Formats: sequence, structure tokens, C-alpha cells
Amino acid sequence: MKSFRKDFPIYVSNPDLVYLDSTATTLKPKTVIDSLVDYYSNYSANVFRGIYRISEQATEAYESAREKVAEFIKAKRSEEIIFTRNTTESLNLVAYALGRKIVSEGDEVVVSILEHHSNFVPWQSLAFETGADFKVVETDKFGTLPNDWSSIVTKKTKIVALTFVSNVIGIPNPLKKIIKQIRALNPETVVVVDSAQAMLTSKIDVSDLDCDFLAFSGHKMFGPTGVGVLYGKYKLLEESYPFLYGGEMILSVSVAKTLFQDPPFKFEAGTPAIAEVIALGTAIDYINSVTVEQISEYVSDLSGYCYKSLKQEFGECISILGPQSAKSRKGIFAFKFFDFHPHDIAGILNSYNIAVRAGHHCAMPLHNHLGYPATVRASLQIYNTKEDVDKFIFALKQVKKKLS
Amino acid sequence: MDIYKEIILDRYKNPKHFGKLKRFTVSITVDNPLCGDKITVYLVVNNGRIETAKFKGSGCIISLSSADILLDDIIGKQISEVLSYNKDNVLSLLGIELGVNRLKCALLPLEAVHKAINKLEI
Repeated sequence: MKSFRKDFPIYVSNPDLVYLDSTATTLKPKTVIDSLVDYYSNYSANVFRGIYRISEQATEAYESAREKVAEFIKAKRSEEIIFTRNTTESLNLVAYALGRKIVSEGDEVVVSILEHHSNFVPWQSLAFETGADFKVVETDKFGTLPNDWSSIVTKKTKIVALTFVSNVIGIPNPLKKIIKQIRALNPETVVVVDSAQAMLTSKIDVSDLDCDFLAFSGHKMFGPTGVGVLYGKYKLLEESYPFLYGGEMILSVSVAKTLFQDPPFKFEAGTPAIAEVIALGTAIDYINSVTVEQISEYVSDLSGYCYKSLKQEFGECISILGPQSAKSRKGIFAFKFFDFHPHDIAGILNSYNIAVRAGHHCAMPLHNHLGYPATVRASLQIYNTKEDVDKFIFALKQVKKKLS
Repeated sequence: MDIYKEIILDRYKNPKHFGKLKRFTVSITVDNPLCGDKITVYLVVNNGRIETAKFKGSGCIISLSSADILLDDIIGKQISEVLSYNKDNVLSLLGIELGVNRLKCALLPLEAVHKAINKLEI
């Protein structure tokens, strides 16, 4: 197994770091960091407005990142790609700009119990404000969504918002099949997909998936923080209200009336995160150079090893959320370890230089549903190695020794 | 620095003031839903002096040892003095340094004690 560790400069200053929190944010390859520095050092001008060389250079780089994103998720045109701050903002944008327009009293807004708060609360609030019904689809105890959606989607269902990969369970949901059913049950339903955790697990093709919207963050796919993406079908973007009002998003302003730009600019008010957008393009270049298939295969193999090691060492004393087989694991391990408090486990792991997350991971409804107040979450990415997993297991043994 | 020192672990495993008081002057429960920590503090106060204190609850080692160590310190003290306690007092009692993310665990018991005293004065 060849690790991609050498591409990530954080290991130069932190050679002993065991970073197991890629679900929160991935590490950044050198090319992405260089890309940020390159913009700020060599052509740090604003986009669109300048009639001079470096502004044009910045505009070209910014728009070329949009094309890279469009190509990466197989959008039909780059105008369907909107740059936001993060997944949360992308999802809120849909709830605000389209949700407020199409949802009214008596309608239904549907989410699943798997959702991250960012794909739960905007819809819950929208339903509350409009008087619509907020329906939450439950899963079985392994976090699997139902196969049959005929009792869920009705003629009143205006929006279904679903996560592609839960940040706690870590397994891709069969969204293609589910969306097909939703379309058959109600062709008018708008389907919103939170793909924040899915970008590195399998190749995404929005046309094949047939979702209306897809939201994700740059920083969970080797890109910088501060930039997120919203893909939307062009017709729906045209139909939506603008999101934020101000500079860049207008065509003309007079005392009597303002005319807005077409998508995507209608949704990108103010100076955007230029350097970050450009560096997201560089992150996509990096992913393409490794390939999503190879990333996914590497993480799956390492996950299988991690699952087996955990079960071999701790048996029933560790309960891992999600499907119970080495083969089905895809990089995310949210778990309960004896009855130890997740913060204590994470705190002791930290003294071994191991970075994990503890808490409910912004998925309180899911934790309640599965009956865990909180969990520890370890997640794997292409810079992790078997040695990292071994260090993790060793440190967990010390946790057991210390707290028992 | 290892925050899970023997003294902290020991107070977690063998607390001196864990339990419920049947008779108390004031009691209050505070929680931190983000961490799942929840602490109830019982105080017996006489002439402005804390005579007895106990706590119950669930939480991480830092929050529970902090509760035990704090109660140990405030028993016998005037409430006015205890009200002036801040994060530095708690950290010096614990003898550890905490990052910003764990500080709230250590300070939850002090919050409970302060709220209990304030409730008393109203």
C-alpha cells in the first residue's frame, strides 16, 4: 500500500502526527498551499472589475476553477456551479432562495435522521416558518435508509434533502435508486443532496444521479477552508430568488428597480474567496491526478484493516456505528469504547499525538436515534498508513488501562 | 502536558463529595448539551458560609474531578469569596493547563456553584 503522505507538508513540521479527523477537514497537499501563495504573491487582484492584466489573470483562474468543478461532478454547464463559503451556506442558500418560494402551509419538507445539522436545521426552520410539515425518515439500527419511499413522498412533498454519505456512518446511501423513486412518486419534488463527505468516496455524476442540487465544501476534499460549492439545475437557479444582495450580483440598479445577473453571479454577491476558489481548482487537479477510484480503494483497504484490528483487540467492548463488516467500511469510525466518556478518550489519544473528534459530530438527531449520547470518531484518508492505525490501537489500549 | 494526571484520575475514581444531600439550602443543575455533561450541586449555607457541599452527575473526567476538587476547596468558605472565583482558581486547583476546547468541561462545576449561590441571594 503506497501512502500519499509525502504530498502533505503538515507532516514535515508534525512528523509524529496521527491525523484521524479528515471527516472534519482534510489535510492540504503542497500544490494547494502553493496555489494560495501564488495568487497572493503574483496576481492578487479582484475579479471581474479590473481592466488590467493581473485582474484578468485572476478572473481567468477563478472561472477556470468553476469549469474544473463542473467537469468534476459532470454538470452540464459551468453556470450551474455557485461558489459559497461551505456546504452549510450552500444548503442554506437553497432553503432561503428556493425553499421560501416554493414551500407553503400544508406542504411537506423531508429529510433523513442521518443528516448533519446543516442539512437538518435549515429545513426544519423553513417548515416551521412556512407552516409546512417537517418529515424525518428514520433508518434501521445500522444507519441504513429504507428501500421503499412510496409511503414517504406524496404529492405535497416539495423538497427532499438527503446526505450522500453520513459523517457518522460513513457509508454511501443508494441515492440514485432513491431519487429515481422520488421522481416517479412526485416529479415536482426538488431533491437536495449534501455531498460534503462523498466527494472522495466515489465519482460523482450529477446528471446520472439526477439530483436538483448538490452541496459540498472545498476543505473536505484537500482544498482550502472558506469555499464551498452549490450545484443546481440551471432552470431552478433561474427560478430562485437571489441569496445575498450587493455588488457583483446585479445587472443595473436605479432608485426604482434593480435587475439581477443570471446564475451563477446572481448568487455570488460581494468579492468572493478568490484565492480559495482557485486553490479548490488545484485540489481537483490533485484528486484527478490520484483519481477518485484510487483514493476510495486506498481508504477502503485501510478501513478494512482498521475495523479488523479494532474488533480483534477489543471485541464487544467497542461498538462501531454503521454496518458491521470490514469490507463495508469507508473511512469513518464513530464508536463507543467501554463506557468511557468520548472527551476523555479523545483527550488521552491527544497525549499520544492522535487527532480524533469527540461529541455528536453535528448529528444530534442521529445519535439520539441510535441511542448514543456521543461518540468518538476516527476517520482515514490517503495520507494515513497502517502504522497510524497501529498507533491508534496501541493508544486505545492505554486509554483502557488508564480509565478502567 | 498530560491532563490525565494521577491526581485527576484518582479524584474521578474515588470522589470525596459525590452524592446527593437530602437536606440542603440550595441546589442547581447545569448542563453542557454539546458535551453531554450534566452536574447537580447541593450546598448547605449558614450565615453566608458553605458548610457542606455535594455533587451528582455525569460527564468527562475533567468536569467530574473539577467538581470534586472545587467542592473540597469551597467547603468552609464564605460565599462572597467563592463568588469571586474565576477560571484561574479552578485551573490552579486542578494543577493542569487546558486548551480552549476543554476549559468549558473544567469550568462547568464553578458555573453550577455560582448559579446556586446567585439563586440563594434572590
